[in-house]
Amino acid sequence: MQHFANLLDALSFQPARNAKLRLIEAYLRTTPDPDRGYALAALTGSLDLPNAKPAVLRKLGTDQLDETLFSLSYDYVGDLAETLALIWQPTGRRNQPSPSLGEVVEKLEAATSNEVPALLTDWLDLLDPTGRWALLKLITGSLRVGVSARLAKTAAANFGAVALEDIEEIWHGLKPPYRELFSWLSGLGEKPDRLNLSFRPLMLAHPLDENELAQLKPEEFRAEWKWDGIRVQAVATGGERRLYSRAGEDISRAFPDIVDAMAFDGVLDGELLVAHPMEHEEVQIAPFNELQQRLNRKAITPRMLADWPAHVRLYDILIDGEADLRPLPFDMRRQHLEDWYRRESRPRFDLSPLLPFATWDELAAMRAGARAASIEGLMLKRADSPYLGGRIKGRWFKWKRDPLTVDAVLMYAQRGHGKRSSFYSDFTFGCWRDAGGEAARELVPVGKAYSGYTDEELQQLDRWVRNHTINRFGPVREVSPGLVVELAFDAVQQSNRHKSGVALRFPRIRRLRWDKPVQEADSLDTLLQLIPASKAS
Amino acid sequence: MGLHPETWLKVRENGLYCEPGDFFIDPSSPVDRAVVTHGHSDHARSGHRTLLSTAETAAIMAVRYGSDFAGTVQTLTYGEPLQISDVRVTLLPAGHILGSAQVLLDYGGSRVVISGDYKRRPDRTCIAFDPVPCDIFVTEATFGLPVFRHPPDHLEIARLLQSRDLFPDRCHLVGVYALGKCQRVMTLLRRAGYDRPVYLHGALLALTKLYAARGIDLGPFSVLAGLTPEQLKGEIVLCPPSALNDRWTRRLPDPVSAAASGWMRVRARARQKGAELPLVISDHADWDELLQTVEDVNAPEVWITHGREDGLLHALAKNGRHARALSLIGRDEDEEET
Repeated sequence: MQHFANLLDALSFQPARNAKLRLIEAYLRTTPDPDRGYALAALTGSLDLPNAKPAVLRKLGTDQLDETLFSLSYDYVGDLAETLALIWQPTGRRNQPSPSLGEVVEKLEAATSNEVPALLTDWLDLLDPTGRWALLKLITGSLRVGVSARLAKTAAANFGAVALEDIEEIWHGLKPPYRELFSWLSGLGEKPDRLNLSFRPLMLAHPLDENELAQLKPEEFRAEWKWDGIRVQAVATGGERRLYSRAGEDISRAFPDIVDAMAFDGVLDGELLVAHPMEHEEVQIAPFNELQQRLNRKAITPRMLADWPAHVRLYDILIDGEADLRPLPFDMRRQHLEDWYRRESRPRFDLSPLLPFATWDELAAMRAGARAASIEGLMLKRADSPYLGGRIKGRWFKWKRDPLTVDAVLMYAQRGHGKRSSFYSDFTFGCWRDAGGEAARELVPVGKAYSGYTDEELQQLDRWVRNHTINRFGPVREVSPGLVVELAFDAVQQSNRHKSGVALRFPRIRRLRWDKPVQEADSLDTLLQLIPASKAS
Repeated sequence: MGLHPETWLKVRENGLYCEPGDFFIDPSSPVDRAVVTHGHSDHARSGHRTLLSTAETAAIMAVRYGSDFAGTVQTLTYGEPLQISDVRVTLLPAGHILGSAQVLLDYGGSRVVISGDYKRRPDRTCIAFDPVPCDIFVTEATFGLPVFRHPPDHLEIARLLQSRDLFPDRCHLVGVYALGKCQRVMTLLRRAGYDRPVYLHGALLALTKLYAARGIDLGPFSVLAGLTPEQLKGEIVLCPPSALNDRWTRRLPDPVSAAASGWMRVRARARQKGAELPLVISDHADWDELLQTVEDVNAPEVWITHGREDGLLHALAKNGRHARALSLIGRDEDEEET
């Protein structure tokens, strides 16, 4: 437990991805089973432990310390688990080693919630403040150390010198503490068998470099729209069903409407969207922000299901019944998919249509003409390519629509992290809004961007920010309006979280407009006109 | 107790004032007569007409402010009494930084100890705190909450050295206060067996040289001048906390930023400082040391100069001691030197 606690502690202060990977890898290398397996489970959110309610921690705290001191301490620290970890005074040193992570997890899994406080008290006595903090974080839910499940799996892959896809493919058939997995990663055992319900790594696309088009032969490719939702994989077999996100995360619980409709045996690849029913069994695809209302929700209400009905637009079929279709070329899989779709009615599913074209120019014109918010651009897929997990060169290309742009004014700047910690590299930009009355205009923030500039431009921006600061708010500097930047973004959405009422999708800096006077930057109206009409509010 | 000290030791705008001796202790602006406990800038200001301190504190002030930091300077060794009018003044070790002193005042049959800033754990850069029984103990409360219990120093230094092993291609940049913390961290590194040169930001050099000249063994140290990022991989570099995220760091090879301070105990504070590796190393008494010290000097009455006084007031009252907060302004709030 102490070793794991030190890992969590280091992770929680480490902003850089590579350093996080290094920390986790070092931990996995130096920690025996089953602890490292439980650690991986904790980091990937795969542990199911009884939860201790805040009231339990508070009670433990006020048993330790009088009410006033406990309240003062909690006020100062601002986090209940951390406060308790810091104020805890072991009742006499016991001649006993601190518990291992395995012991903690296994005892908690077997405990009823009434037994938890007594277990905690024993362990808190044996751990140092960092150990106590980690234990309490483990038992109060999320760890919040800035590690995604994918990052933790990547560290495990690095540790075993295997590909992340290899781990993702078998992940859902494995259970903590993952002895088989670590036996394989350590080179001692075989790769664990994958289970039927498990996630299959998705085939991913490279961005198209338009200069390459001349070398590609149109007749070797198939084109379809790139829909603006989230990529999913639907797996159903023997009555069991799973819906996975692109990274192999099981999102079935959030989409009962889709899962109910998965009356098939097989594995399908498609785009998850919100789609409103129209006449003749047609649907109208909603903008991405409606889908967002359905993502990351703990509780799903009937109202949400009715307002934002989910839908899967199918791209591909990987497995049909017992038949693994992945080795087949795209054209044959597509034929298979269309036959499969025709066999019976498939509510909540439809096919992403192929777009016939003869020349690249023709396709470019289609791309330029696509105005629907639900379309992100085009996909190009080699007709003869098998379905291969990962991002394989030369098979699939994404050809996104040209981004929208706006000229905005730099308003605030914040220091970056890691390598950028000495640079002002995170920027907030604003557009003009009429503030009523003649010539009265004010800048309102419309978005943040921290990419799209070169190293040299970053240095120029950093210098400019330092020379034009008019206010400081902790790590944030407010600058005088003086620099216009051309922002590129994929879409504008309505947002009541921002003062301006708009939120930009994927904003990034496209060009620094040192030449442009701030008065000539765009107005908020320009952005408001770009918001797609939306059915639900 | 004789004459109650609140009749002759008063809080003025400038700080604590001893009326019968006509002098201030650690005044916050220039005065005629000042007694200075130690060299941190929130206690030692320049421009007093006459100043009394330890020789080390005077030497520190000369480095910081130039040789004309005060009109006339008188120094005392620890334990050497000095009569100022009817007040007997003695300086005692406070264990905070080099030259730090408690001020012991005897007047009218009662005894007050003004402890300045202090700590109780061993520190190779200064003499340990000497508890003296008194009627009134004047204490700081920088870490006056039970959440502040500093871990053993050697464990914190071990974390720094472990991180160095894990990231051999980066350098470790530790934010330390120029006076005291810097040199203490150096002695702790030596004690842990670290024998590479310790590299210093220019702002740390003068005081570090002063410590070395006073016979404190800091091992080899040097400034960065002329070193390439390649040469600094795997090295430990110390800088003032304000330089941790400064442009100055661009000359270093992908530094792991660490910060050594008692505040690092609280995660939100550590995150504010942007430290990847917070090290809980403090030159102030932690919660247990504050309570223990009051027991040791066994003062029936305690005055608290600054810090998180609410918790300490409450705990002292519970232990049957009379306690009051002076709320001196201009002290601490975690800026440069706590």
